[in-house]
Amino acid sequence: MLTLDRKLVRDLWRLKGQGLAIAVVIASGVMTLILAVTTLEALSGSRDRFYASHHFAEVFADVKRAPLGLVDQLQAIEGVNLVDPQVRAAVRLALPGYADPIRGMMLSVPDGRQPTLNRLQLVAGGLPEPGRDDQVVVSDAFAEAHGLAPGDALEAIIDGRHTTLRLAGVALSPEFLYQAAPTDLMPDYRRYAVIWMNERALASAYGMRGAFNHLSLTLQAGADEKRVIDALDLALARYGGTGATTRHDQQSHRFIEEELNQQRIQATVLPTIFLAVSAFLLNVVMGRIIQTQREPLAVLKAFGYTDGELARHYGLMAGAIVLAGWALGVALGAWAAGGLAGLYREYFRFPALVFRVPAWALALSLAVALLAALVGTWHAVWQAVSRPPAEAMRPPAPARFRRSWLERLLPGALLGHEGRIILRHLSRHPAKAGFSVAGIALSAGLLMMGAYQLDAVDAMIDQQYRQVLRMDVELTFTEATPARAAGELRHQPGVLAVETWRRVPVTLVHGHRRYRTSLLGMEPEPALRQVLDGAGRPQRLPEEGVMLTRHLADELGARLGDTLEVAIMEGQRRRVGLSLTALVDEPLGVGAYMTREGLNALMREGPAISGAWLLVDPDRTEALNAALWEMPGVASIGLLREAERGIRDYMDETILVFALVFVAIATSISFGVVYNNARIAFAERARELATLQVLGYTRAEVARILLGEIALLTLAAIPLGWAIGIGFARLLNQAFSSDLFRIPLVLTPQAFGIAAGGVLAASLLVGLLVVRRLGRLDKIRVLKAVE
Amino acid sequence: MENGKEVVFATRGLTRLYRMGDVTIPALQGVDLALHRGELLVMLGASGSGKSTLLNILGGLDSPTEGEVHYVDAEGHDHDLSHASQRELTRFRRHHVGFVFQFYNLISSLTARENVAIVTEISRDPMPPEAALALVGLEARLDHFPSQLSGGEQQRVAIARAVAKQPDVLLCDEPTGALDFRTGIRVLEVLERVNRETGTTVAIITHNEVIGEMADRVIRLRDGRVDEIHVNPRRRPAQDLRW
Repeated sequence: MLTLDRKLVRDLWRLKGQGLAIAVVIASGVMTLILAVTTLEALSGSRDRFYASHHFAEVFADVKRAPLGLVDQLQAIEGVNLVDPQVRAAVRLALPGYADPIRGMMLSVPDGRQPTLNRLQLVAGGLPEPGRDDQVVVSDAFAEAHGLAPGDALEAIIDGRHTTLRLAGVALSPEFLYQAAPTDLMPDYRRYAVIWMNERALASAYGMRGAFNHLSLTLQAGADEKRVIDALDLALARYGGTGATTRHDQQSHRFIEEELNQQRIQATVLPTIFLAVSAFLLNVVMGRIIQTQREPLAVLKAFGYTDGELARHYGLMAGAIVLAGWALGVALGAWAAGGLAGLYREYFRFPALVFRVPAWALALSLAVALLAALVGTWHAVWQAVSRPPAEAMRPPAPARFRRSWLERLLPGALLGHEGRIILRHLSRHPAKAGFSVAGIALSAGLLMMGAYQLDAVDAMIDQQYRQVLRMDVELTFTEATPARAAGELRHQPGVLAVETWRRVPVTLVHGHRRYRTSLLGMEPEPALRQVLDGAGRPQRLPEEGVMLTRHLADELGARLGDTLEVAIMEGQRRRVGLSLTALVDEPLGVGAYMTREGLNALMREGPAISGAWLLVDPDRTEALNAALWEMPGVASIGLLREAERGIRDYMDETILVFALVFVAIATSISFGVVYNNARIAFAERARELATLQVLGYTRAEVARILLGEIALLTLAAIPLGWAIGIGFARLLNQAFSSDLFRIPLVLTPQAFGIAAGGVLAASLLVGLLVVRRLGRLDKIRVLKAVE
Repeated sequence: MENGKEVVFATRGLTRLYRMGDVTIPALQGVDLALHRGELLVMLGASGSGKSTLLNILGGLDSPTEGEVHYVDAEGHDHDLSHASQRELTRFRRHHVGFVFQFYNLISSLTARENVAIVTEISRDPMPPEAALALVGLEARLDHFPSQLSGGEQQRVAIARAVAKQPDVLLCDEPTGALDFRTGIRVLEVLERVNRETGTTVAIITHNEVIGEMADRVIRLRDGRVDEIHVNPRRRPAQDLRW
């Protein structure tokens, strides 16, 4: 080992505190990248593998009833590869000992074998035996939520008749990686089940013998998806087709896509911010550490060490710290990703979620960190070696100090000696002071960004579930029902208020943009399902035309007054023009609203409804559930409080976990920055501080100078940190805007408080450490030694 | 050659100006001088007389503002230090010069042996660090860190570090300046011994007149100029010096 390398090892050991603080900053940046990228790769990789191995379909179509004989004709459409017809039906279920209503979706499987497409992965038991009409396979999430195993029984109302079903198996399906009821955002595994049954049994129960009402198909390589869909729509129109769709509109796929997009943002925006901040801090801190090495650097140079050898030496020093930080970051990132895996297993029912840290992420994070460190080091080493060594070894000439403008503003008596020293020192090195302030401010900004996420998610859910969705129960009917059914509902036990609604699936077209959604027809001034403007005030639905969620209008590129083409996917399947007459700001989902009467008129039907919202006496829920269970026309019963709880749990477990991790990281970055600042300030001024002590200043008085400087820098950094935090929040707000939800830009006093409190706490802790160090300062030695 | 003596360093019109804040300080103003191979030279002068600046320029640690300085190596090659690049100066220091500084400038994270080794590792024909430390009487303190050594011991490590590479010239800037009398004499004895036993040219700068008595020649500097050159007919042994 060369002696120079031995010096390296000892110097690193001596700088361990500072080195560790820097390493933590690097680790934070690297960890965010590794965590996000690993999660992203795990989700998309596991999804793609499952899709491929279980033949997930590419195009889907619903029809009212089409003969199986049509399949050959569909198969002949150019570009179509495999076609798999199926019978599907909504079903209501009950489990012994479980009071809440359960919604279900029944799907047919060919008797005794796997379907061609969307194959099942059986995790327990097997497929229903051929010829059996009581055996079913249930989705694993539902089975798990209720502890069901093959052989167990459950009650179902199939097409109005009570039936007892027996579990043959438990399965996963590529179609239901994400298992939420069709109109829900969040999965509720206890109250929603996917059930597979022999085709013959299901078809006869629903009068679908020799027919199908759902179609899955795959495309040949290079097929024109749009042309296939047009051909399908044409062929299925007379059978009540509601328009074929691609995976893009498939609920489970769509949700995973959204989650992946979310992760992509997490993997780009956040690590970029964190890595940029750590790169900046690393640059500054490494530079200043090298500056404190002025003397040994000059001595080595005097003895004939070349600039190259010295650059290598200090480059290695920086490199070692970076490598330590990077390794820590990778380890933490991989560990956190493993933790997140468990979480995702809860929400996405993959057979296996394989976590692997991609090599490019390792290389990228290492390269960024190394580059930042080396730039800072190189600059400082260059400054040190470019001076003649004789000059470098001599104590620097007393720096030119001046009275600062700030000092001139404040009366001298108010400042005292200490204040004057602090102010002059800071104004003597405005760039250094500026970097310190910027570093602390950045970490405060990161803290605020973390706090913002916590607050914003809360505000979003509050708005959606306290102000927008005010009903307790959402009932959906099996088909459009005369509005007078509402009267019957009003007399059910515990029902306090009823409001009816009509929902029609549509495709909205504006120019070349199109969006599949549904039109929701409501009372002109809905009370149980409010539409709110930007300020949160309830709005009246427009008499004419359609009201869109602002996010949807933006997606369509439509502005108020524009005419949208509406392709109705139900009944007579007309295309009509509707003018966009109002916009609404809703944080969750994308909705299109009009009055129910208007929608009925559009459908050329009488006063029909698709469902109803109920306000319910919480004490009589059970009686109500029992009564609703007996109503044959009810396809599903949704409980809003459960949905809210579901989404809160989801947010708590995903976004908030991320946010908390970020707050923790930001806190450690704050500490790293403040600590390094203080340590370097201490090293740079050890001589001055020792002199003051020798002159008779007490330790407390000397400490005041050092602490005063830290405090001043921190206080100056806080407002700047707030501004940076607001910027970060805006950036996230933009980046996180998706069809699923838009996080509002809510900055609470707590967020400002957390940002300020975090850096103040870090400063305080650092202050204590520095004062302790001051006590150990060897005055005589410091004074005797040249800088 | 000068008076039959082989010349190691020759300067002509050597001038060095320093800019300290707003003022320009002339440290050297046209110095003409020659150093002879194998001699022990003492440069005397008060603070600010320019002696450290001269030493730094001779040692390639600094460059003159004006004038020339030449170095002639043992093979008779002439090196123009006044127009040398940083790279050439580095090579010059690496292979030809040993430095001893007033404040020792040891590397605090390295032991005595390692402080010497860090120089021998980049030298062409060094003596073992242990031998260099034995030369200065520190064979028992090889593995001590600078903080565990007295000032005199630290300075002796610094001398061992300077002589270990077997330089052509040894340049010492106030080597006893920070030491008490007894330790100072000890250090001077070491320098005398190195000069005598290895034939290394030794230049010592000091403001202590007494030290001049151990030299072959004494050069007196005042206000950045050579004031007087005095040749001692007989060198006085360092151990006989008193101040």
